[in-house]
Amino acid sequence: MEFLSYLISGISLGSVYAIIALGYTMVYGIAKMLNFAHGDVIMVGGYMSFCAMMYLGVNKWLSILIAMAVCTLLGILIEAFAYRPLRRATSLAVLITAIGVSYLLQNSALLIWSSNPKVFPSVVSGTLNAGGLSVSYVSLFTVAACIVIMVALSLFISKTKIGKAMRACSEDKDAARLMGINVNFTISVTFAIGSALAAIAGVLLCSSYPTLTPTTGAMPGIKAFTAAVFGGIGSIPGAFLGGILLGIIESFAKAYISTQLSNSIVFAVLIVVLLVRPAGLLGKKITEKV
Amino acid sequence: MSNKKNTAMTFGSHVKELAKSDFITYGVVIAAFIIVSIFSSSGLLGRKAAGLLVPVCCYIVMALSLNLTVGIMGELSLGHAGFMSVGAFSGVIASMLLGEVIDNNVIRLAVAILVGAFFAAIVGFLIGIPVLRLRGDYLAIVTLAFGEIIKDLINCLVVGIDKNGLHIIFNFKGDKSAADLNLAEGGKAIIKGAQGATGTDKIATFAAGFVLILIALFIIQSLVRSRVGRAIIACRDNRIAAESVGIDVMKYKMFAFVLSAAIAGSAGALYGANYSNLVATKFDFNTSILILVFVVLGGLGNMLGSVIAATVLYILPEALREFANYRMLIYAIVLILVMILTNNPRLVALREKLFSKVSSVFKKGKKKSESEGGK
Repeated sequence: MEFLSYLISGISLGSVYAIIALGYTMVYGIAKMLNFAHGDVIMVGGYMSFCAMMYLGVNKWLSILIAMAVCTLLGILIEAFAYRPLRRATSLAVLITAIGVSYLLQNSALLIWSSNPKVFPSVVSGTLNAGGLSVSYVSLFTVAACIVIMVALSLFISKTKIGKAMRACSEDKDAARLMGINVNFTISVTFAIGSALAAIAGVLLCSSYPTLTPTTGAMPGIKAFTAAVFGGIGSIPGAFLGGILLGIIESFAKAYISTQLSNSIVFAVLIVVLLVRPAGLLGKKITEKV
Repeated sequence: MSNKKNTAMTFGSHVKELAKSDFITYGVVIAAFIIVSIFSSSGLLGRKAAGLLVPVCCYIVMALSLNLTVGIMGELSLGHAGFMSVGAFSGVIASMLLGEVIDNNVIRLAVAILVGAFFAAIVGFLIGIPVLRLRGDYLAIVTLAFGEIIKDLINCLVVGIDKNGLHIIFNFKGDKSAADLNLAEGGKAIIKGAQGATGTDKIATFAAGFVLILIALFIIQSLVRSRVGRAIIACRDNRIAAESVGIDVMKYKMFAFVLSAAIAGSAGALYGANYSNLVATKFDFNTSILILVFVVLGGLGNMLGSVIAATVLYILPEALREFANYRMLIYAIVLILVMILTNNPRLVALREKLFSKVSSVFKKGKKKSESEGGK
């Protein structure tokens, strides 16, 4: 029974990682950049939802929509002002800019909301008791949300015209441009979707772990990035699989090995996986052409 | 015939030019040291500014070390603070162990720095085996992972000394403390798990920092100008071409990586010797990123750039303390703007245009030789 409850909490945590990792992987697939500010968009999403509930007094579900709208806008603005001017720059320059954006978001949040942790009211309350096993509804809701998002995103990428444009841009931007695809618009849409997902992840994360500070997003961001690499960066099913596995490993490591070393164990598993499969679990192996 | 002679001459002048830039770097560092020493001995430096001197030296050495990995070797490392951490804690242990044996603080510090460098080099070698098999972003994420693992492991470390020698336990479950070391009477706990190292001796001096910078500079610059350095640069510029002319890419990369780790370890040991208490969480991902920012803003492969960027960017947030909460916001905005201004092709072209206009106004006569020397 204990095992099952750890497994469920692992899957629930993993679902949050998976949702964040989906955003990471989409942005990496199309813009070929490590968006280190993604974790901080999660934090902004959490604060937006919190403020909407506390200060505007809106409904919980509406607050999620508000958070998504704000984060979508934020994602588009970040891309347009910070990353677009560096489209042809070295990846290191873009990485440092992303770190700058991350600092900017964290410190803006620090100025606006101060470093005192806010207690986030869970969007779904109560626990389900079945045969000695108690599972909070938040966990179930998180897992369900993750599956719905994952399926919807896969359909969006494979069936719609803009999804097709995304795939084309991630293959070859110049060729896509020659085919009449608006590359800048496509990248904006990718950032918008990634940031909206980050907002959802922020609300879900804060519902499970209800303390909200300006650095809330940093560690989940890094771990979700690890999850994306774990599953094979650029691959959507990979991000999902990587996220869930990472969550389960973390939950078991905390329960059975050591709380202090749980992060280390997660990272150690990542290292081992990358040594065996250098492109991640579901990543495509790219052969080098001379 | 004349053609051959010509190439030989340009190569010779190229080498001279490089030597010149090396000497400029040493000159700037030495001049800065003399000026700061005069200031501090005449009491013009405030207490706070004087306290920044040793950390600035440490971060300069860290930036030099990371520049070797990122700029010269061409691989992105996001876990460099891990090596600093290994150096800091092994250095602290060494200096406390030697506290009774050696009276001279200078020798004690030198030994601590060597021990720090040695242990960081070992860790660098062990990490290098898996890390250097990977490429690009995958390599970067694995260095990040190792940095976090080192941080967590050191956070679990409990170390003490008594007359029987060194006692080390790992506090994996979070249930052990310094009392579990079972130290004999008169023993002392040095590192207490998450609390870190406390009550250690402060033996670092600004002069030691200066010497360490010079040594690091000397090692890296002579490496870059040597046969080994050229092999490392060849691996960076074109791995396949380097392999095809018989360069053992793995061997040279490992050499550069271990050397970089050792230098970072020495910087860490100096850093550890500058404070009476030290926690492992200080050397986290953010510290690695901070050093990376120094390297990138200073210019990849440019050692003088790293020295200047580390100095300015370390002091800047401290100097902006009056603005309290706004300082990191300003720092972030400056960082983004600098990256865009220096990397956007259109803005770079605009800047060069302005620059050439300005310089043509100032030195019309010299313009011809200028345009020949430039890109």
